[in-house]
Amino acid sequence: MSTAELQSATPLATPPSAPRRVERADLVRTMVIAVLLVFVLIGLPQMLSVYYIDSMTQVAIYSVVALGLGVLVGRVGLISLGQAAVLAIGAWVAARLLFATSLPYEVVLLASGVITMVLGTLVGLPALRMRGLYLALITLMLAGAITVALASLNFPNGGHGFSGYNGTFVHIPSLRRPGIATTDPAYFRYSVIVAALMFLLVLAHVRTRPGRAWAAIRQSEPAALAAGINTTLYKLWAFALASFITGVAGGVLAGAVRYLYSIDFQTQDSITLLAVVLMGGAYSIWGAIVAGLLLQLLPAILNNAGVSPDWLIILFGIGVLQVLTTAPRGIVDQLPRDISRLGRRLGGLTRRSAASHGEAP
Amino acid sequence: MIEVSELTVRFGGVTSLDGMSVRFEAGTCGLIGPNGAGKTTFFNVLSGFVRPAEGHVRAFDEDLLSMAHFRRARWGLRRTFQTEQAIESLSVYDNVALVHEHSKLGRANRRGEVLDAIEFVGLRDVAYVKVGTLGVGSRRLVEVARAVVGKPRLVLLDEPAAGLPDAETAHLGELIRRIPEHSEALTILVDHDMSLVSSCCPVTAVLDFGKMIASGPTADVLRNEQVVRAYLGAEEFQ
Repeated sequence: MSTAELQSATPLATPPSAPRRVERADLVRTMVIAVLLVFVLIGLPQMLSVYYIDSMTQVAIYSVVALGLGVLVGRVGLISLGQAAVLAIGAWVAARLLFATSLPYEVVLLASGVITMVLGTLVGLPALRMRGLYLALITLMLAGAITVALASLNFPNGGHGFSGYNGTFVHIPSLRRPGIATTDPAYFRYSVIVAALMFLLVLAHVRTRPGRAWAAIRQSEPAALAAGINTTLYKLWAFALASFITGVAGGVLAGAVRYLYSIDFQTQDSITLLAVVLMGGAYSIWGAIVAGLLLQLLPAILNNAGVSPDWLIILFGIGVLQVLTTAPRGIVDQLPRDISRLGRRLGGLTRRSAASHGEAP
Repeated sequence: MIEVSELTVRFGGVTSLDGMSVRFEAGTCGLIGPNGAGKTTFFNVLSGFVRPAEGHVRAFDEDLLSMAHFRRARWGLRRTFQTEQAIESLSVYDNVALVHEHSKLGRANRRGEVLDAIEFVGLRDVAYVKVGTLGVGSRRLVEVARAVVGKPRLVLLDEPAAGLPDAETAHLGELIRRIPEHSEALTILVDHDMSLVSSCCPVTAVLDFGKMIASGPTADVLRNEQVVRAYLGAEEFQ
């Protein structure tokens, strides 16, 4: 081997093995996610009744909403109690566009995402000056204002003018769905694919420059400023991203329920949303899926069993208390840890009994 | 070269910096003074966290105070904090890359330059480990790596050795002495450990109650009557 070859060979040998091991773990993770996604898309709709398919569609939608709040709370450290109102804006814009135009559904989703992004970022403006309790309070009041405005404006139902409201709740046309997903199982698949894309979008942010900037802002704003991070820009960026995906989720919601009423969007939904996001795990992308399951599948199961889902508010209260005291990283972190601990304990028990059997004779 | 003239900072009735004037030429310079002398306030003025009531700071012939705080890092200002501020949820690499990607430097050589800074402080083995799992000594080194990555012009070290055991302080001292040759940055070191300051800094300035009371070669400054009095009090001196 010539010296030139040796020289070119050495840099390949020197980097520590760490990044390569990380890459392999990433590969395994990606494959597991791919298999899971294929199962959800193909297997799940065949196993479930239409009732549960519909609630799983809601899980997909609300996982995206929870993810948006997770970005704000878990990544940047900004508490927003206005995300349900942001979702309502997304649904309103999508409904208006679906009635007024014959644009492809994907274009409507994109448009409601972008318009919601602009409005949602305005909700985030107070975040530039405050954090914690006061930010939570201001966003809650803004959400209340949006709820009131939407209630008097009403959701579009095929009427004319800016509001698209025809003044009646009876004999209203349903919202259209994309041509490729008119049935419930097909629309479920469609929602999961849109949700997966939103998760990828967030992942692309979290893993790169904005994710690092957000981590710095969350821990220490002076340190972030000293590192040259424009904290104003990155906070607004986080609100923009969260609002965009929540707006898209609103668009998916419009097609899922097909009839939208302002009564379905309550200000306090944002509080429940924050509770389940904390329970699921605000610092993890998976936590958002757990939050979606808690928020939409659990009530469906209770309903099916004849129990009022109103009881859930008590369960969520206890859940948040439990998460805050014993597992700040949420169920998504606690469950695997507890299972592996249980496994080790059970393993220890069987080994001990095996050892005592071995000694006996 | 950094030239500070008549810098005054007031917090309500308290005057933290009282017409401070000083020149730091090049290399590593010490800045010492008793608790509450205004050392960190001075750093906070340079970082843009505190707006002075009066005074000017010219750094390499540019008006530092007219720049927005986050733009100063882009200009080449770096600092560490008295309470270490390495970002726990990021790896050592990401902590350093974070500073690099908000500097003027292009992304083409980012990986190499970031790893070079990590190598410089001796954390190459843990480059991809999360900072939250490291001990306080290593975290301090992460901060130093963040301060020297790329091409800083002015590095402010605010008590980098606070809370470190002697062996780690010695290693840190060695690094600080090598900063000027590594990055050609003018470095200002604030610390209470006089042996660290005198081993790292050929020149030192002394602040007391917001006023410069001495500056010059470190050995002379440490023998200066006024300085000894500021540190030990007049009674003990006599």
